[in-house]
This record gives sequence, structure tokens and C-alpha cells, in this order.
Amino acid sequence: MEKGRSYTLRIWRQENATKKGKLAKYKIENISPGSSFLEMLDILNDELSKKGEDPVHFDHDCREGICGMCSLFINGRPHGPDEEITVCQLHMRVFPDKQTITIEPWRAKAFPVIKDLVVDRTAFDRIVQAGGYISVNTGAAIDANTLPIPRVDAESAMDAASCIGCGACVATCKNASAMLFTAAKVSQLALLPQGKVERKIRAAKMVAQMDIEGFGACTNTGACSAECPKGIDLSVIARMNREYFTSKLTT
Amino acid sequence: MVLDSKIPDGPLAEKWTKHKFNLKLVNPSNKRKYDIIVVGTGLAGASAAASFGELGYNVKAFFYQDSARRAHSIAAQGGINAAKNYTNDGDSIFRLFYDTIKGGDYRSREANVYRLAEVSNNIIDQCVAQGVPFARDYGGLLDNRSFGGAQVSRTFYARGQTGQQLLLGAYSTLSRQVASGKVKLFPRTEMLDLVLIDGKARGIITRNMITGKVESHSAHAVVLATGGYGNVFFLSTNAMGCNGSAVWRAHKKGAIFSNPCFTQIHPTCIPVHGDQQSKLTLMSESLRNDGRVWVPKTVEIAEKLRKGGIKPKDITEEDRDYYLERIYPAFGNLVPRDVASRNAKNVCDEGRGVGETGLAVFLDFRDSIKRDGVDVIKAKYGNLFQMYEKIVAENPYETPMMIYPAVHYTMGGLWVDYNLQTTIPGLYASGECNFSDHGANRLGASALMQGLADGYFVLPYTIGDYLSEMPYDKIPEDHPEFKKAEDIVNQRIEKLFSINGTKTVDEFHKELGLIMWEKCGMSRNEKRLKEAKEEIKKLREEYWKNVKVLGVNEELNMTLEKALRVADFMELAELMVDDAAIRNESCGGHFREESQTPEGEAKRDDENFTFVSAWEFQGEGKPEKMHKEELKFENVKLTQRSYK
Repeated sequence: MEKGRSYTLRIWRQENATKKGKLAKYKIENISPGSSFLEMLDILNDELSKKGEDPVHFDHDCREGICGMCSLFINGRPHGPDEEITVCQLHMRVFPDKQTITIEPWRAKAFPVIKDLVVDRTAFDRIVQAGGYISVNTGAAIDANTLPIPRVDAESAMDAASCIGCGACVATCKNASAMLFTAAKVSQLALLPQGKVERKIRAAKMVAQMDIEGFGACTNTGACSAECPKGIDLSVIARMNREYFTSKLTT
Repeated sequence: MVLDSKIPDGPLAEKWTKHKFNLKLVNPSNKRKYDIIVVGTGLAGASAAASFGELGYNVKAFFYQDSARRAHSIAAQGGINAAKNYTNDGDSIFRLFYDTIKGGDYRSREANVYRLAEVSNNIIDQCVAQGVPFARDYGGLLDNRSFGGAQVSRTFYARGQTGQQLLLGAYSTLSRQVASGKVKLFPRTEMLDLVLIDGKARGIITRNMITGKVESHSAHAVVLATGGYGNVFFLSTNAMGCNGSAVWRAHKKGAIFSNPCFTQIHPTCIPVHGDQQSKLTLMSESLRNDGRVWVPKTVEIAEKLRKGGIKPKDITEEDRDYYLERIYPAFGNLVPRDVASRNAKNVCDEGRGVGETGLAVFLDFRDSIKRDGVDVIKAKYGNLFQMYEKIVAENPYETPMMIYPAVHYTMGGLWVDYNLQTTIPGLYASGECNFSDHGANRLGASALMQGLADGYFVLPYTIGDYLSEMPYDKIPEDHPEFKKAEDIVNQRIEKLFSINGTKTVDEFHKELGLIMWEKCGMSRNEKRLKEAKEEIKKLREEYWKNVKVLGVNEELNMTLEKALRVADFMELAELMVDDAAIRNESCGGHFREESQTPEGEAKRDDENFTFVSAWEFQGEGKPEKMHKEELKFENVKLTQRSYK
């Protein structure tokens, strides 16, 4: 087994939402290249706890790249240097020995810092509450196979539905826009026949909520899609724009 | 204590229909007078909360994550079972029922399982209507795949992200109810106790994880949908935050706990790589549809392989032992999880394991890639292969995957009757946190089915029956019982801060996990269980003298959160060991070395153990009292489970 590596970490520390934060420096040694990035932070936290220092707070849960909880900005990139994964799937083997690693929270007006690297992303929930659903009550469904859906549409809907709501798209966007997140949900439901009934009102309401939350406008730089851990395609934004403008033109 | 399962009379297939008619109703305009608390927003919780909201009840939904969409149901990969028989291969409600009873090794209730199979079809319809993008064939109709323990293809799936898509479906319906004002969400809020007034569940005590504020919430009924307690083992496939505190607190307030020792060890997880690990990653069971499980035929070859002298591809066909196909020709690689796990352990114990640690077996796609082509395999499992490559840094298209069993699911949980009510009136348990449907072993793709069945199609009916008898009056949150419970929670928090010892919470948790894995894991015997009990007791005593919890209560403090959870795990672990000790038979995921056939297969003892154990808390420091719910089988014949 390869010998452990050592790193210098610069980590954003901020006591709570109202206090000012700053980058603090830590040394860490003997990290196995097979360890995940979050396991490396676990080890740091264990060491800090032993020394009587408050551990670094960061969001994480499933550690399988699907819950969307982990949200670290590493060396200037959301979820770090590797492609199409979340931080919890990032492994230390991609960081050369003795490297300095800078770790910051998502930064966006709509995602205020709660503590250290933990931010408040409930704005995303409110965008979905504005219309990211099909209005069907439990028990009111028809047999699933009475509604054939062309495979290509089902697959495209699935591509869009893969969004994990982590917020990397917002964190990487220079305008802190939530277009990719919102458009992914709008696209998924617009592509399926079940979702067509409410398509106009859905796009209009979700876009309006996005603005209320303080997310920025989209200037089509495409950073969101490039950094998306699930590879959500930029074309979902074009589809949402279409949905949105149709809703404005025909209501 | 009399355990009344309230199973309705009549033929199996008519019980649920008849029961639904006999349940009392709450008038639509009176539903708004009732408040319901739902704890947990996974499939079981989100579906229940949304359905209650649709009916008109006022719902408060609590969860520890920052968003309801992140509950751990999201990580389920493979699929969800339903008896649609779209594939024309002989499936039926009765067959799904039968497979589930048999898969659970005849330790679950016939009536509950039949109902589960019965509503399975409605679940698929409901999810499609919500916009869940299930896999489809070129004709636009739904596709199926096969899972372990079944000889029909009945598993619906959305790539390797079925749990995610079903949860996002439930989350979207929940969001719709939030928008309508019927559901109020409480993110980053953890339940720390249950409050009983006049013997009924009337509310919960929570801690706001951002402000540290301990608060009371009053309601007419409480639903726990808080998932499993697999994290007792420290390393498991559960999310880091999954915990048993809500059910354990309910247990200590009088809810009976059933079959705590029934733990599912999932055969296809990525092997442990070293002591820095904090989480195990599951690879979907669906991989066993096309992957072949093998180890080298001899210890010598395995040793050479482990030292890196040879590569897997250098091992000839004759030197490979496809042990599942050899021992179980009828089911082959698709035997149920407990059987697959135990066999992996056996071949590794023989010294034929692979990987650096020798604690791994191969899952090989060479033959299916040859048969179907890379593109077909990629379309089916692409994201799983990608995930594997990111973690292990090996390409599974070229070299076989390595897998090893890991703790995945807990079949045990709070005892519930046919209405999913616990032994505390007004307290319900749904999904993984109850004991009811999976017996001693859960079949693949059945957890998603149960979570949604309970939440969409069972609780919305049964809870009305209870509420219809309840007065509308609300209990104020400054009622003395709430204040008393808040004080006890606050004292526990203060106590943890005051210890200021030398060992971290994680160190204790790792020690507990190791005891449980070694002595109450895949293989159990009386001697080791006795040792485990003593060791856990000692560890628990040490915990309350020597744990180190830093920071303050009044802000986000993840050490404190964990310290509270681990304290409860320490008590729950002991009950798991007690339960494993009294069950001197092998069934499902519970393998007692004292009870095996000459070939080393699990041997059930129906004469003495055809019951559900039901543990009653007797007070701090006192041994728990075990009751039994005898299981009656009127529709299936008990046979020794054979997958040969």
C-alpha cells in the first residue's frame, strides 16, 4: 500500500451566520491516497477534537454522491478537481503529496453561510414548492402502462431528473444563477406527457421564485453544466426558456 | 402486555379490502382540526406527510438534513418490486407475497406482507403519474429487471438511481402540500424524545440543529419514519446521519421493539480499504443479473493474486470457482442477500478471498460483455461502474469488480399492528423503522416498495380510524409533560458537555461497531454474544465518563449531534445482542453457528422460534422483558428455504 501523503489545508472558518469568517491553515499527515476527501476531513476533525479545538463543520450525508448534501469549493472549483462527481466521491489520490488545498463554502447571496463550510440551501426547496411537481393526489393514478412514453423522451427526462440539488451550479456561476437547477426540473416534467398540463404555469412560477430568492441572471457562460456533478446538459436551460416565453406569450 | 396484531378475519386476499371498509372515517371538513407529526422524510415519511396533507390534515414534517429531498432513500439504486406481470412471466400478487414471505425466511406476518404485494401495483401507477422517469422499452412501455430471491422479472427501475427518482417524486408531492399550506417543514431538526399524555403519543421534543433550541411540538398523532439503525455497526451503507434515536426514545417510552437482531448484510459492497474509512459504498444488487461471482479455486492461487504476482485475467476458467452457481444452480448469482453474503464470508474464511486484505470476492462482467457488448452493459450499469472506478481506481469493464458484504438494512424495528400503530396509542411507525414486512431477511427492491406502500396506501387509511376517536382539542406546548420532557433532554445535553473526557465520539462509535461486527454480525454464537454484551456495557459506562464533546449547544454542533446518537446506539446494541442470544436458530440474516445443517447451511427451527420477539423496556439498567407474537401461517407451507 502506498505511504501516506501530507497536505497543507486552508479552510474557511466562520463561527455563525453573523460573524465574519477567515481562512485558517492546518497541516495534515499520513493520508492514504485511497481515502476520500471527506475521510481526510474526518481525520482532521478527530485531531482537532483531541486538541480541544472546534471541528470543521461541513455538510455530508450519504457519501455515495447522490444525496447532494456535500458542498465544498476546493481549489476554486465546486466538488474539487475531478469531473462529474461530488466531494464525497473525490479521493485523495488526485491531490499530489504536499499540495496546499483551499476549501471554501458555496458562495451566493441566496445561500447564506450557517457555519464554516455549511450553507443554507432552502431557497432550492422553495423553487420546487413554487411548481416543481405534477398536481396528482395519491390514489388518482391510471395504470402505468396506459400511457406509453417514447423511450427517447423518458431517457431525456431521466437525464434532467438526475439533478441532486447540491448547488454546484450556483456556486460556480459568476452571477450565482440557479438556472440549471430550475431548468432541470422544468425540463424533466415538460418532456413527459403527465407534466404537460401544467407546463406553462410551472415555468413561470419557478422562474419567478428564483428571482425572489436572489439568484442572479443567466448569461450563458455554461460553467454550471461544466461543473455539474451529474453532467446536467446546458440544453435544459434552452428548453426552460422556451417554456417560459411560451407561457408569457400565450397566457 | 398482550400484543394484538389486529389482523382482520377472512381470506387473505380480502382482508385489506374488508378492513378498509371497516375503518372509521374522519369527515373531510373535520380533518383540518387534526395535527399530525411526521418524523423523517424518506420514502415512508415524505409519502405519508404528502398524503395526509392531500387529505386535509395539518402536518409538521421533521428531518435532520437541510432538505427533505436528501433522506437516505435517495441512495437506493436497483429498483422497486411490483406484481404487474407486464413481462408475462407468471408473476402475481400471490407470487410476490410468497417470495417475500419465503425470502424473509418465514418470520413475517402473512397479512401484512400480502397487503404489501397487493398495493405494490398502485405504487408504480402513482409514481408514473408524478413524473418518475422509469426505464422504458422502445414501445414506450415500462421495462423490468430481475432481483435476488425471485424467478420473475418484476423490478421497475430508473437506471441505477431508482431510490433517488422515487424520493424526488415523493418530495415533489410533499412540496406541493407545503405550497398549499397543509405541510410545514422543519429542516435540520432532530427528534430527541416522544411525549405521552394520558398514555397517548401527543408530541415530540426536538433540537433545532442550527440554534440548539430544544422545543416541544404537540399533535394528535405521531408517525415515525426514521429508517434503520445499521449505523450501530459504525461502518455501513447507511448515510452518516442515519440513526436510531427516534425509535429508541419511543421504545424507552413504552413502544415494543421487535426482532432487533435481524440485520441485513448486503453482499455487494465495495470492500473496506483501511482504518481511515468512515462509510461503505453499496453496489446495486442488480449487478448480479449480469455479473458472475467467483474466487480462485485454491488458497495458493488466491495468495499469489493477493501479493500481485498474477492478475485476475491470468486465472484460467478451471482455476475459478463460481461458487454461487456451483452451490445453488437454480438461483445462481441471484440467491437472496443473506445467502450470498454468508457464502462470500465462507470462501474468504477459507483463505480464498481476493484484494489486498483477502476480504473480497470478484464480481465479473467479462462474460456478459462478451455476450451483450460493452454498450449494453454500459447502458444498464454505467453510473455504477463509474462510481466503482472513482472509489477503487480500477476499470470494471476490464478487470473484475471486488465486492464484500456490509451492513445495509435492519429488518427489526418498532412492533406495529396491522394498522402500523405501535404499542403506544397514536404512535405509528412506517418504512424501515418498523419490523413488519421483511421477516428475517429483506429481498432486493422491497424496501422502496414498503416505504411507499406504508406512506401512500396504508397510513392515510389507518390513521383516520384512530383520529376519528380523538377529541379535537390541542394540547398546549407548555403543558407540564412537555416541559418535563424538555428538561430531561436539556439535562442529557448538559451532561454530555460536562464530561469533558479524553476520547472522541467517533472513537467510541468505532469500538462499538467493531464489537458488533465481530460478535453480532454475519455469524453469531452464544459465547461471542455473551462477550459482546459485557463489552458493550463496559464501553457504555466508559462513554458517560470519558467522552469528549466540544463546542456549545447554541450553535451548529455536529459533535453533539453525534454524541446523542451514539449514546442511543450503545443501548440499542445491547438489545440487539440480547435478541440474537435468545434466537438459537438460523433464519434469514441471522445465522447462529449452533443451528446449521451438515453442509453449513442455515437451519431454521420452526418448532421453537416461529415468533416475533417483542421487547419491553423495564427501566434504566434493568433487563428488558421479552414477549412473543406467535406467527401463524395459513396460506404458505413452511419449508426449509432452498435456492438450490
